[in-house]
Amino acid sequence: MPATPTLLELPKGLLALMDRAQDVPETLASQGLPRRSFLKLATASGFALGAFPLAAMAQADGAVTAAASGLKATQQPGAFVHIARDGTVTVTINRLDFGQGVQTGLPMILAEELDADWSRVRSVHGNADPAYVDPVFGMHITGGSGSIKNSYIQYRELGARTRAMLVAAAAAQWQVAPSTLRTQGGSVIGPGGRKLGYGELADAAMRLPVPETVVLKDPKQFRLIGQPTGRLDARAKSSGGQGYGIDARLPGMLTAVVAHPPVFAGRIQSLDDTAAKAVKGVRAVLRVPLDRGGEGVAVVADGYWPAKLGREALKVEWDTAGVEKADSARLLASYRALAQQPGAVKYDADMSKLAGAPKKISAEFVFPYLAHAPMEPLNCTVRLSGEGAAAKAELWMGTQMPGLDAAAAARVLGVAPQNVSIHTQMAGGGFGRRAIPSSDYVVEACGVARAARMAGLDAPVRTLWSREDDIKGGYYRPMHLHRAEIGFDERGDILAWEHVIVGQSILKGSPFEAFMVKNGIDGTMVEGMKEPYEIPMKLSVHHPQVNVPVLWWRSVGSTHTAYVMETLIDEIARSTGQDPVAYRLRLIGAGHPRHQAALQLAVDKSGYGKRQLPAGRAWGVAVHESFDTVVAYVVEASVQDGTPRLHAVTAGVHCNLAVNPRSVEAQVQGAALMGLATCLPGAAITLKDGVVEQSNFGDYAVPRITDMPTMAVYIVPSADAPTGMGEPGLPPLAPAFANAVARLTGKTPRELPFKLA
Amino acid sequence: MAVNLTLNGKATSIDVDPSTPILWTLRDTLGLTGTKFGCGQALCGACTVHLNGSPIRSCVTPVAAAAGQKLTTIEALAQDKVGKAVQDAWVRHDVAQCGYCQSGQVMSATGLLMNNRKPSDADIDAAMAGNICRCGTYVRIRAAIHDAAQALA
Repeated sequence: MPATPTLLELPKGLLALMDRAQDVPETLASQGLPRRSFLKLATASGFALGAFPLAAMAQADGAVTAAASGLKATQQPGAFVHIARDGTVTVTINRLDFGQGVQTGLPMILAEELDADWSRVRSVHGNADPAYVDPVFGMHITGGSGSIKNSYIQYRELGARTRAMLVAAAAAQWQVAPSTLRTQGGSVIGPGGRKLGYGELADAAMRLPVPETVVLKDPKQFRLIGQPTGRLDARAKSSGGQGYGIDARLPGMLTAVVAHPPVFAGRIQSLDDTAAKAVKGVRAVLRVPLDRGGEGVAVVADGYWPAKLGREALKVEWDTAGVEKADSARLLASYRALAQQPGAVKYDADMSKLAGAPKKISAEFVFPYLAHAPMEPLNCTVRLSGEGAAAKAELWMGTQMPGLDAAAAARVLGVAPQNVSIHTQMAGGGFGRRAIPSSDYVVEACGVARAARMAGLDAPVRTLWSREDDIKGGYYRPMHLHRAEIGFDERGDILAWEHVIVGQSILKGSPFEAFMVKNGIDGTMVEGMKEPYEIPMKLSVHHPQVNVPVLWWRSVGSTHTAYVMETLIDEIARSTGQDPVAYRLRLIGAGHPRHQAALQLAVDKSGYGKRQLPAGRAWGVAVHESFDTVVAYVVEASVQDGTPRLHAVTAGVHCNLAVNPRSVEAQVQGAALMGLATCLPGAAITLKDGVVEQSNFGDYAVPRITDMPTMAVYIVPSADAPTGMGEPGLPPLAPAFANAVARLTGKTPRELPFKLA
Repeated sequence: MAVNLTLNGKATSIDVDPSTPILWTLRDTLGLTGTKFGCGQALCGACTVHLNGSPIRSCVTPVAAAAGQKLTTIEALAQDKVGKAVQDAWVRHDVAQCGYCQSGQVMSATGLLMNNRKPSDADIDAAMAGNICRCGTYVRIRAAIHDAAQALA
């Protein structure tokens, strides 16, 4: 997702959705911690923001004073910190962890200001409680690489407030002034070496008022933030002990798989379910409404296997007569024609010097649809109970936007929003697919659960997608076509750059449209164009309507804009006989010191320009900013028998302060591999007459260990507040690789995945 | 119909249709959810378990094939010296990100080290190429396997 909007910029539609989401009050913690009622507390204190299911305030029933302060729910330690009597500190994270490591990073931030004993810190997922909204966006969201960036101050303040309360409790017990006390390693230390552990103080501390203002540490005092720190879930994830949404098991639970129409928004023409119902273990075959007005057939069974066999035994004829059948070849032709016309204007520089420019590049780029394909197939488990106004719904799934999903579930199920509970589960990847404005897989699972209950099955239902459902199920990174006409001189000074982009809008029709689509231009499509270069650019865009659901895909617009910008800049350097690093540094200028620093670091560490490469190898360079972080790559590649191969990657990263450098390194390695993925054969979703042609990892290929280059990641030192890290490592990898290929072959690949004909 | 086998060292009788894949028998019938579903076609390796000590893809192997055999899943791997060494190396190197594929990765790596205590990079490539990781943990997987090999030496 693109740059962070302020709350004031949020549209009315989104605010309404958020309001609905925030109506959801007490939800039962899925983590098995004791449930305490805060409704009584809320009534007594006039504090009506809902309850904190994991609250440390649960340690102090009747702690009215703690809740009565003027702080927002997102600022109350009670919702985020639980200190057990044995000193174990449990931190609730306000995000989904789906691999990016925030279930370690956010507790580190809080524990830093708390002066906790890190060996006794744990973390749990929050839920759709209002305390767990993003403090900047004001809604529940894990996206836009914003988890650490937007919660850095929030979690530090939470830690500092908790610490101040513990100090106050110790001061009261010892009857000394708080200023005479200090904290270290999970204890308050007083005059004469007296010591009380946080576990001993927690109950008393949480009855005290929450301080509204706290003084935060100078970054020079940090002991934990900035230290390479092991993940809290490393053991569980190495031993099969980590539970994910797909692993949720409820008593009597049934499993559903859904036969989806072959064309998006298709409906059932006729259904013969005789053979499916005869499969042992199949309990029901149900017609269910699907996303986009489509219709599907759910087979509900005792487990996944009989459900799958039942689905295979269905005889369905689909009605697709009334829906558009998108076709990649036809789309490409129509996009190409559109790109000849100017579209909605983003930048409007003077193009009069284009015609007479001494040197010119005319280029067309094509990017395919891409599936996210997270390793954990999409799933959602729904338990319904009660009737009428007392009807309740509980949902278990990994989701990046639990608030919107809760609102969608309430709508589909006809359940009051406050009766919908979300149990956020660790997710096996997502890359954007679990942040879905339409809540497609949640809506589908709710539709299945509702239909099952109406058919007399009073059981929780897990709706589980197969890999084929995932690959064929839509919500892809959109297909794009770029056209560029560039005029420049012998020095490489750019005189005019005319550029058109064609691609579906991700946000049109979504709750985000009103504040992220401006003047007909979807901001996620043009992010990453032009900056940081001072270029006279005329940029316009077209957003055709196509019957293919699209969505943000890790690093969103920069997946294509970085490629186009960085390969064209490199081509200008090469065609004017200039070193691509020196050329970039000159063109970037002094206004972008973080770009300069990241690029210089990657250059210095890689040995670029100093080290002789083995025969047949070439250097490739690219630098790009996304989500406020700059990543530069210097790579080594070769082309053997027409096949490009990436051998080595050196990264220079400017993410300001790296909270957990180990996590930053992992994010860069992983994002680089995903960038590489877009270059390799098989990285394309294509449609033929409305039907997606790929189905599984056999024909939608993703990188394997044999594709992985050696990687070295370097971080520019900084004490400034951290910027995004989940996505910025992706965009510059593909263009750096392409630039090396261009040096070897004389030709820049202009279609992804690479096609060297 | 019952299928009898030795599961994680214990004689086990499972009431299941013998044509059901081992994966779904483990996950849905027995509640052993450490073994993961990724593709259902032996393309990603997330479902890897050991049949008589050798890695197999449980999503395409009917449970009948394990009748009378020894089946080991990630849940019991720490009982094996090699498996424990691999898991410890995985923790030291912080291999996991989302972690979803890692049960399968650890099972494949353990299978490799059981037969080859000093694998080369090429050996690792050959043994691990069937296991997909979307988070891109391959650099650390390689390092952790070398590290586990050292620890076992």
